[in-house]
Amino acid sequence: MNNQIRRWVVGAIGLLGLAWAQNVTITYWQYDFKSKVEAVDELIKRFQAANPGIKVIHQTFPYDAYQQKVASAVPAGQGPDVVNLYYGWVPTWVKAGYLQPLPDSLAKAVDSDFISMVQAAKVNGKLYGVPTAVRSLALFYNKDLFKAAGISAPPKTWSEFLEDGKKLTVKQGDRYVQIGYGIAPDGQDHHLVREVLLRQLGGRPYSDDVKKVTYNTPEGVKALTLYTDWVKQAGIGVPNFFPGNNGYRDGFIAGKIGMIIDGSFAIGTISSGARFNWGVAELPTERPGARKANFGSFWLHGLTPQATGEKREAAIKFLQFLTSEETQRYWLEKVGELPARKSLIKDPKLSLNPVYGPFVLSLAYAKATPFVDEAAQRKVMVDAINRVLLQNVNPADSLKQAAAEEQKVLDEFWK
Amino acid sequence: MRLSLARREALWAFAFLLLPLAFFLLVRLWPAFQALWLSLYEWNADPAKRAFVGLEHYQQMLGDKLLRKALLNTLLYTLVGVPAQLVLGLGVALLLNAVERFRDLFRAIYFAPYITPAVAVAWVFSWMLSPNFGIVNEVLRLLGLPAQPFLQSPGQALLTVTAVVVWQNLGFQGVLFLAGLQNIPREYYEAARIDGAGSWALFRHITLPLLNPVIVFSAVIGTIGFLQLFTQVVNLNFTDQGGPLSSTLALALYIYQQAFSRFELGYAAAITVLLFVIILLITLVQLRLLSRRVEY
Repeated sequence: MNNQIRRWVVGAIGLLGLAWAQNVTITYWQYDFKSKVEAVDELIKRFQAANPGIKVIHQTFPYDAYQQKVASAVPAGQGPDVVNLYYGWVPTWVKAGYLQPLPDSLAKAVDSDFISMVQAAKVNGKLYGVPTAVRSLALFYNKDLFKAAGISAPPKTWSEFLEDGKKLTVKQGDRYVQIGYGIAPDGQDHHLVREVLLRQLGGRPYSDDVKKVTYNTPEGVKALTLYTDWVKQAGIGVPNFFPGNNGYRDGFIAGKIGMIIDGSFAIGTISSGARFNWGVAELPTERPGARKANFGSFWLHGLTPQATGEKREAAIKFLQFLTSEETQRYWLEKVGELPARKSLIKDPKLSLNPVYGPFVLSLAYAKATPFVDEAAQRKVMVDAINRVLLQNVNPADSLKQAAAEEQKVLDEFWK
Repeated sequence: MRLSLARREALWAFAFLLLPLAFFLLVRLWPAFQALWLSLYEWNADPAKRAFVGLEHYQQMLGDKLLRKALLNTLLYTLVGVPAQLVLGLGVALLLNAVERFRDLFRAIYFAPYITPAVAVAWVFSWMLSPNFGIVNEVLRLLGLPAQPFLQSPGQALLTVTAVVVWQNLGFQGVLFLAGLQNIPREYYEAARIDGAGSWALFRHITLPLLNPVIVFSAVIGTIGFLQLFTQVVNLNFTDQGGPLSSTLALALYIYQQAFSRFELGYAAAITVLLFVIILLITLVQLRLLSRRVEY
């Protein structure tokens, strides 16, 4: 009798413990972007149905307040367990202690199943996050404006691009009414110079170990000159032609810009805003058949130091679910971002799609800039362009200065 | 024990003062001390990895070119902005004081920008100042003047931002000065006029000296405001914050960038301490110089 009671009590405690163990709550943070928020809400529902013991709380913040929230919440023990961040922020966050390394099993999965640019989520050989989706750049063009200017197809080379740009540019007195290219140094164009034009011309931005800046070469000067001449020589675009936060994209949507170079993340905004026929093409190259290059980037999901013990187990499960093949397929349909897994990218249905196709094809040769301090390194390149455009500094001098400044940023990180 | 009335009043006063005092200590002073403490540490989200570095961050400031630029810009903002704001504010107040009819209407119109959210103001201005589509350049063209790049030019951007801030603060300045003006007894003017004083003499010898407290207050508040300038700088040029080419970078924005995009919280705290010292010094000097006792 006594024994039986004891057994019963022990059993009850055991059951209670089990129930306790199964009720884990983890928190997921991302910035506020409508389609992403809706997608994650739906994914959480599916995840919870499959994992009854785990509850996921989903919180979002405006983009410009996002890092500030993370910076103040995590040290206070109130932030997320699973956090969404831009790949370029990873080294900074790791250095400041906001991310913990992921288990080797996940690192192995990334090596074998994800496209190679996802390697940029590693710092000192350790993996700090996994993406659901990736992005690349392509040329968006306004078919109606092309037709009106007598151009039949999107440009294949930069010289065609320039000629088309001239035909698409309309001036009244000193004022541009319509421009050929929506030039935006602080939009995607700093990537265009560093990762596209430079590599196409045979240069490379950094040494393999990312400790040396290697763009201060004749190829680098040629790339910067090619780009800045669009404004200075040909006048096919003026920076900040259209006002606002993303003026180059807004101006394109307003039908006043013939071509822009933008990421796949812009597809949604453009397709819901544009009231004309538009198309997407792979980025032009120097000559027909010449070397291709593209800039790839991604947002990834990482774990903060708060996820420990059971929470860590649950968080890793959620992370695996968020980056699974099934989720990536859903993400493409719902958000319109390209899957990060090799297997899905090879799907011909995707590469033949008129809108997604050019982006998917570009992923094969896209490289993600190995940032160590994204904000500082972006500023270096934007300033290099602006010195030429706004202060008439010659491209060689401007690039030389940029290389010196960026080398300091790299040295600072690796010291 | 019976307390005298005066004592009892004093006790009550202290009792009521305790609450704001506690608030001030906990919400204002404590974080300031924490910032001081933080500035001596290399920050890490993991408390175990926080390292005491002493004055290293203060040393780091000496070699920081961008910080120097931010500091210089901030001083320029203040040097141009504060006097402009004082003179224009006084001008508006004198005009408002001169009209009887519709005074309240005008006062409301001038005050409206001050209570409009700074972000909204910045966005509207970034449209109005656009080189191609902006209404400001449209007006310049109508007048036969060349279009200006304003915020797009490293040479004009800082002054453009200053102008927007001055415009926004104008109503507040105007209302302050108006209140000051209306506190000056009319008898002084009447007496002086009988003695044969002209309007400049009235302004110079009566209005200006009697407005001294308002001027001191406005100058001090305005200086602190410009030294902490942030919202307009960020929102007038959203994508290239502090740009173009760092020409509008202000100290507060630089602190924000260090803290929240580079996660260098220790270094950011050190710059905060620097800003605090600058504000303290300038304010003390201003109070000294401006608030000379006036005899009347």
